[in-house]
Amino acid sequence: MEAGFRGLTVLAGLVVLAILGLIAWSTTSQAWDAFASQGLGFFTSSDWNPNQGRFGALAFIYGTVVISVIALVFAVPVSLGIALFVSEAAPPRVQTAIGYVIDLLAAIPSVVYGLWGVLVLAPVIGKSFFTAGVILGVMITPIVTSISREVLRTVPRAQREAALALGATRWETIRAAVLPWAKGGLVGAVMLGLGRAMGETIAAALVIGSSPQITLAIFGSGDSAAAVIVNQFGEAAGTHRSALIGLGVVLFLLTIGVNGAARAVVHRSEQAAGAV
Amino acid sequence: MSRPSAAMTAEPGIAILASQLTATRRGKDLAASLWMWGALLVAIVPLGAIVLYLIQLGAGVISLEFVTSSIPISPREKGPGMGPAVAGTLLLTGLASALAIPLGVLAAVYLNEYGKRGRLATVVRFLADVMTGVPSIVMGLFIYSVWVLHFGLSGFAGALALACLMLPIVIRSTEEMLRLVPDELRQASLALGNTTWRTVVTVVLPAALPGIVSGAMLAVARAAGETAPVLFCVGIVSDVNWNAFSGSNTTLSAQIFANAQSPFVGAQDRAWGAAFTLVVLVFLLTVGARFVSARFTRKRGGL
Repeated sequence: MEAGFRGLTVLAGLVVLAILGLIAWSTTSQAWDAFASQGLGFFTSSDWNPNQGRFGALAFIYGTVVISVIALVFAVPVSLGIALFVSEAAPPRVQTAIGYVIDLLAAIPSVVYGLWGVLVLAPVIGKSFFTAGVILGVMITPIVTSISREVLRTVPRAQREAALALGATRWETIRAAVLPWAKGGLVGAVMLGLGRAMGETIAAALVIGSSPQITLAIFGSGDSAAAVIVNQFGEAAGTHRSALIGLGVVLFLLTIGVNGAARAVVHRSEQAAGAV
Repeated sequence: MSRPSAAMTAEPGIAILASQLTATRRGKDLAASLWMWGALLVAIVPLGAIVLYLIQLGAGVISLEFVTSSIPISPREKGPGMGPAVAGTLLLTGLASALAIPLGVLAAVYLNEYGKRGRLATVVRFLADVMTGVPSIVMGLFIYSVWVLHFGLSGFAGALALACLMLPIVIRSTEEMLRLVPDELRQASLALGNTTWRTVVTVVLPAALPGIVSGAMLAVARAAGETAPVLFCVGIVSDVNWNAFSGSNTTLSAQIFANAQSPFVGAQDRAWGAAFTLVVLVFLLTVGARFVSARFTRKRGGL
């Protein structure tokens, strides 16, 4: 009985490994047709023409990077500012209230952000890289804030009090006592936000404009990997579908890389904090 | 002129020093305060706007009829219904929960009670963390490749994809909760001659139950709003389909996505109504989870 139960729990743990392995294997094998027929061109060409069987995904990968960067440019200063406000400046009751609101906002499904983006924001500022980046930025702000707040909460009180006792202003306390301690965790929080933004599909698909192009004109319409998958998958077949799944493989690898690195950074900073 | 900052007024001894601060130091401190307040304002504007629009445009559409009656076939038609989408959302998230929650709890039991700091447990823990970051669209393509290509579109396929998204969240939150159960409880049970598995089932899991429930509710809230996997694995229909194993289905999230792209006011109104319904559902789960875990920590604190 004991061995049976133990075995059952081990199996449940192994399911995680199995799923991740299966994701990598099944999507890659479905995408193989496209990878094989396009070769390296899949990653280096931006000529995406399903009717003539040309699938260069570079413009989509470029779009994913651009909107993620725009999202971070908006979300990082705002999220860190709020997290610092909550942990360093706000009275306790305000802290709890803001924490509550942030958790609720973080729970709003991305399709709702997309709905607001396409029906309210896009009619005013158009559909573009910029619009998609802004919507993603708004979307990841609660998540990045929430994780940053958790990280700042691990900074020991004594750390701050030592700085204040030396006559440091609030900002100097943050600079000298809080941020160095929390640096690793905060970097991790930002990277988790980046992972979210890169993989986000629905909100981006609704407001990005759906025209694959590599351009610095961020107010012009573009396209991203996740957005093109959801917009074209319905009518795709054969190599076209294979190429879209190939874009999924690229997204999978990108987000796994970013998230793995983020977790490693957070983990190391937690261990460093524990060792002191 | 030299107004001491809030942190300083708290320390009367230091308040004297505040008058001796150089202009640069005071300026930097002021800039930092402006940044923090500014950040709060910058975030409140769009997030507040989204919530206001939801209430203004969504709550007006909502009624008992809206959440029960069928979806009009023509997007031009005005008026309710999202009944099939409500049914589909409940069906899919229910099925996904039935798959992911027991599996996730078992895996967490392995991590916290058996594997602990061992190599396999460390790997599983790390991969579960990484798995929380896999985009939902990739989960959708994954289930499409291994299930839909062989068995066709169905509610169950969507539930599989949602379960994959929920699993790592359930594992990590459950493990956190199991870690909060005091070791004395385990030792007392083992000292009475119980085996480890009986200890887990009769002592550890009941003690951590509220925390586990709270984590599971947050995972359900996340799954309920997912859209991309539903589009690939479930398809979209406008009728109720209670049979999860055959035929397409629909969810609130999929209907929001479809109707948001429609040029017709009737369809757009239904999208806002569906969004309002979905957000209320997700908020109820989130607030419920907070409530359950608050009671849990109070009980723990009393121990």
